[in-house]
Amino acid sequence: MTHLDISKVSIEFPTPKGPFKALDNVSLKIKKGEFVSLIGHSGCGKSTVLNIVAGLYDATEGGILLDGKEVRGPGPERAVVFQNHSLLPWLTTYQNVELAVKQVFKGRKTKKDMHDWILHNLDLVQMTHAMDKRPAEISGGMKQRVGIARALSMEPSVLLMDEPFGALDALTRAHLQDSLMDIQKDLNNTVIMITHDVDEAVLLSDRIVMMTNGPAASIGEILSVDLERPRNRLELADNPKYVQYRAQVLKFLYEKQRKVEPITQPKKVTPTPPDHDEKVAS
Amino acid sequence: MTVQSAYTRLFDILKDSFSIKKCLFPLLGIIVFLALWHSSANRIQTSLGEFPGPVVVYEQWNSLVADHVEERDKETAFFERQEIRNAKKLVKDPNYVVKERAYTGKPTFFDQIFTSLYTVLAGFGLASLIAIPLGILIGLNGHVYSALNPIIQIFKPVSPLAWLPLVTMVVSASYVTDDPIFAKSFLTSMFTVTLCCMWPTLINTAVGVAAIEQDLLNVSKVLRLNWITHISKIVIPSAIPMMFTGLRLSLGIAWMVLIAAEMLAQNPGLGKFVWDEFQNGSSNSLGRIMVAVLVIGFIGFLLDRVMLMIQRLSSWDKTQVLR
Repeated sequence: MTHLDISKVSIEFPTPKGPFKALDNVSLKIKKGEFVSLIGHSGCGKSTVLNIVAGLYDATEGGILLDGKEVRGPGPERAVVFQNHSLLPWLTTYQNVELAVKQVFKGRKTKKDMHDWILHNLDLVQMTHAMDKRPAEISGGMKQRVGIARALSMEPSVLLMDEPFGALDALTRAHLQDSLMDIQKDLNNTVIMITHDVDEAVLLSDRIVMMTNGPAASIGEILSVDLERPRNRLELADNPKYVQYRAQVLKFLYEKQRKVEPITQPKKVTPTPPDHDEKVAS
Repeated sequence: MTVQSAYTRLFDILKDSFSIKKCLFPLLGIIVFLALWHSSANRIQTSLGEFPGPVVVYEQWNSLVADHVEERDKETAFFERQEIRNAKKLVKDPNYVVKERAYTGKPTFFDQIFTSLYTVLAGFGLASLIAIPLGILIGLNGHVYSALNPIIQIFKPVSPLAWLPLVTMVVSASYVTDDPIFAKSFLTSMFTVTLCCMWPTLINTAVGVAAIEQDLLNVSKVLRLNWITHISKIVIPSAIPMMFTGLRLSLGIAWMVLIAAEMLAQNPGLGKFVWDEFQNGSSNSLGRIMVAVLVIGFIGFLLDRVMLMIQRLSSWDKTQVLR
């Protein structure tokens, strides 16, 4: 049964040169408890899809149905894990989660229950030891854990993750991916995750949605990942099925949807710093 | 933090800030300044005598302190006499209603300092009460910003001296009571200070609020925070650094404006002290005015330090360098 239905979504952004169509007719049905990742080149509108599901953008055409009902505007039942954690820097780890819990469970949980619930969620991501620390005092990976705890604490119907591990180093990322799989095993959330990382997509997902390049991006191919859970990254490395899935995604990204971007832009007079373009594009 | 470690930290800070290395150049600067002042002062002749040098200023400072002590003694004596008189009258006639008369001696230099501080804090407080909420409103809403921006830009550069006649007239016309809690001169100075010093706080608060990270706004949206929680948990903490930048500028302006306002409004403060000494025109006057100048500067500096301390206490970003 369909839990989340992204139904014929298109979006146009107004620009000085007229409307810019970022997404064209994106349709996707997601079952309860399914882990779906969106993959594609930067600028292809992955984040736009996520923002529309989150309610932060309004689709120009089409809409989002959650359990058969249309949802409009943002809300905690579609919790978001942001790319750069987005913790409030003036609140401690505990208080950051508390803000979400108080808001979502106001009048439904007692103070004591809320406290236990906050600790439970911090425990899920193994962050109870740093509950009185502020974001500036903990590492990037830890911040992202707290961001995940905050999102989980809202008991969302759909968990939306916008390149949650994109800003982390490879080791931390692997570690967090494993934690996420553990949590997912217990909670069986419905998740949409955006990623750039092919291995991450194959390792975590039930389905990988590959998006075509913009403008007017849409869904190119959908790959069902039929690998036994729990998955182990070391064992999977030699698994022929895994290797094949990986190759399929790579083929899509680098053959079918090759992104041809000129490395030097002749129009620009002033030289830009080396990694500047990449940051702007993402 | 335990009390002991707090003391150790305080001691370290003191030791650090009074180390020879750190004190050497500031001390050197002060000594050179005093020498230059001393040598050039006696070459400037005015109708009231020589321009006061450091020595004269020091003497005048001592005389002002002596005046103050003397005046306080007089006051104590006055109240003692009054008490004895009242007691005597009570003995004669038990139904006698005791009359407490206020002491009406002239305010000393130090009384004037306190009046000035009281007035500037009242004016600054009122300005902050207006400017912070208004700044938040402007920062949150682009339309309100567009509507108010021209007005802010026009009133911002207006000198206190231009406002003062208007404020004086409005205060005398509207503050009519038989039993005034505040003196009119106090209200006039206070409102003038408010009008002149609210702008930096207003503008900086607005800029701070408008510059909140989009991600944090998204968090607020996803959580569906109501506007009160949104403002208290997201907007204000995020704008606090900018707000304090504005508040410190405002307090600096408030103190500067106050002296001018007091001179003209005849509010019994430092401004009036300077004016009275100028009108008085005795051979001590210039020295006394110079004492006032230094005290005004020193208090302005202290006020800014106090704001800096409050800023440090309230700032969540401990890595930020504040100076």
